[in-house]
Amino acid sequence: MAKGQIVAGCLAPHPPHLVYADNPPQNEAYSEGGWETLRWGYQRLARKLKNIDYDAIVIFTPHWQTYIGTHFLGLPEFKSKSVDPVFPNLFRYNYDLQVDVELSEAMRDAASQEGIITKMMTNPDFRVDYGTITSCHLLNPEWDKPIVTISSNRNTHYYSPEVMIEQATALGRACAKAIEESGKRVVLVASHSLSHRHFVEEAPLPEDMSKEHIYNHSQYVWDMKIVEMMRDGKSREVIDIMPEFTEQTIAETEGGGLIWMLGAMGFPDFPAEIYGYQSVIGTGNVIACWDPNDDTREYVL
Amino acid sequence: MSETNEPEILFGIYCPPHPQPLLSPEASEGYSKLRAAYDECRKRIEESEADIILVYSTTWPSIIGHQIQALEKAIWTHVDDDFHYLGSMPYEFHMDTEFAHSMKENCEKRGLEARTVEYEGFPIDTGSVVALQLLNPDNRIPSCILSSNMYSNRSETIVLGKAVRDTLAQQNKKAVVVVVSSLSNRMFTEHIDPKEDRIHSQKDDDWNRKILEFFDDGRLEDLSQLSRDIHGQIRVQKVVAYKPAWWLAATMGQHNNYDGEVLAYEALHGSGGAVITLTPSTGSVGDKEFDEDDVEFYRGDRNVLDKGMLE
Repeated sequence: MAKGQIVAGCLAPHPPHLVYADNPPQNEAYSEGGWETLRWGYQRLARKLKNIDYDAIVIFTPHWQTYIGTHFLGLPEFKSKSVDPVFPNLFRYNYDLQVDVELSEAMRDAASQEGIITKMMTNPDFRVDYGTITSCHLLNPEWDKPIVTISSNRNTHYYSPEVMIEQATALGRACAKAIEESGKRVVLVASHSLSHRHFVEEAPLPEDMSKEHIYNHSQYVWDMKIVEMMRDGKSREVIDIMPEFTEQTIAETEGGGLIWMLGAMGFPDFPAEIYGYQSVIGTGNVIACWDPNDDTREYVL
Repeated sequence: MSETNEPEILFGIYCPPHPQPLLSPEASEGYSKLRAAYDECRKRIEESEADIILVYSTTWPSIIGHQIQALEKAIWTHVDDDFHYLGSMPYEFHMDTEFAHSMKENCEKRGLEARTVEYEGFPIDTGSVVALQLLNPDNRIPSCILSSNMYSNRSETIVLGKAVRDTLAQQNKKAVVVVVSSLSNRMFTEHIDPKEDRIHSQKDDDWNRKILEFFDDGRLEDLSQLSRDIHGQIRVQKVVAYKPAWWLAATMGQHNNYDGEVLAYEALHGSGGAVITLTPSTGSVGDKEFDEDDVEFYRGDRNVLDKGMLE
């Protein structure tokens, strides 16, 4: 069996606004559009992924928050409706997704061997979080690949951002080892924004783009610093500066997704492909992809 | 409404959000005691003349202002993110939609951003599900659930409590008010044998017991004033502040005149779980006055960042 490999790593923010703006048949809410910079970026990245041969998507989500270890989806199918608890007016999505349980269990076993507290989630009534649904829908609207969702263990709040870096990096290493041993080709997804301070009011028409802007300039400057380092292939430095970044911008990096993904990829020193940056209800969102293949890596934006 | 034009709040309940008392009360003596305390509260509610059960849940965070559950019949099967292996929680809750809509209007009159949510399949949070399943299992009394805005702080939370009072008084409804919150909220980060459950640290236990003394004495306003200290000492810093005591005190009238009763205090995977009742009474306890301003209307951000800058 050939060694498995990570064929791409995507930073894929999950504001439900983007699915709402797309008006897919699965979502009950209807919009007049909005947030095109991000949606068009997602569409371009989705087209790229269509041209990559891969077996499964493994996604780390901050909206499945676990305090007792890291949990993995452990049943082959989940079908239900996901309603966003914060933006139920925008996101009521009927999903029907497949899980690569074999890969999920292999990653869980590898993580356990590394001393990480783990748990398989095997309750059939469990509702998959909207972060998973949003990022996966935008990266693969056909839902023709199985996924694995990994929960976000809340190390940043319970201990510190530095502990989160240690734990999420170890989890990333374990997942990479399990992927290699599985023989599968896998796309990793870190599902989150960068800066994450929201406005607490919503425009009467949520997709009214005349009302959309970053919460404050400080968040924008920080986000741009991170994007610049991603462009320059300084992923290790991104992680090094992350505690400060997370604190200063209330960033969603606190969930550990980007750390996990870059850790699994060995902290790549090649440039990230940037597909778009835009605010959503004040938060800063970048779509980025780390393509380890020198032949297919692009300069997108 | 009482003769003094004040809302009639029959009693308040403080209870924990974790699912063990609902799903696995037999797993430990402590969980059984918490379940028995919930059952006692259920009995007292049944014997009361309450028209509505009003829940403020710390496990329902909101961002766009304050969300108010308004779906007449909320039906779903809930599964907890951490404790999914304990089982599913099917529920059907009947909401007081009239209250919910008036509550939104009264929030707005006091300067708060607020909205009702009325969506089939809306994910009612673990804490609300546990509390309503155990306190009002047959929907004998309609309920309403309020979210906890993740960015709100003291003034906003106190004004939210006052909007509750406005609405109850307007509608002439007698209420039981329920706060769903742990005391100390640090859980063990590994799986444990429930029989070996204990409070995560001596410090958490010490603080919890001091808070319980205040509750037992009916000193709710004193606890409200101590909220910032409590947040710093025994709360994992997931949100900006420890808000339940602010909300409960503001909703129940901002004083210390209650008969407090601690029905149970036990560990829930390391966190402090207590079931407490507070019944309005005539006697007052405590000898403190406070200099934090009372607030009637929420004016939002003060735009400090934009003031005082040199041109």
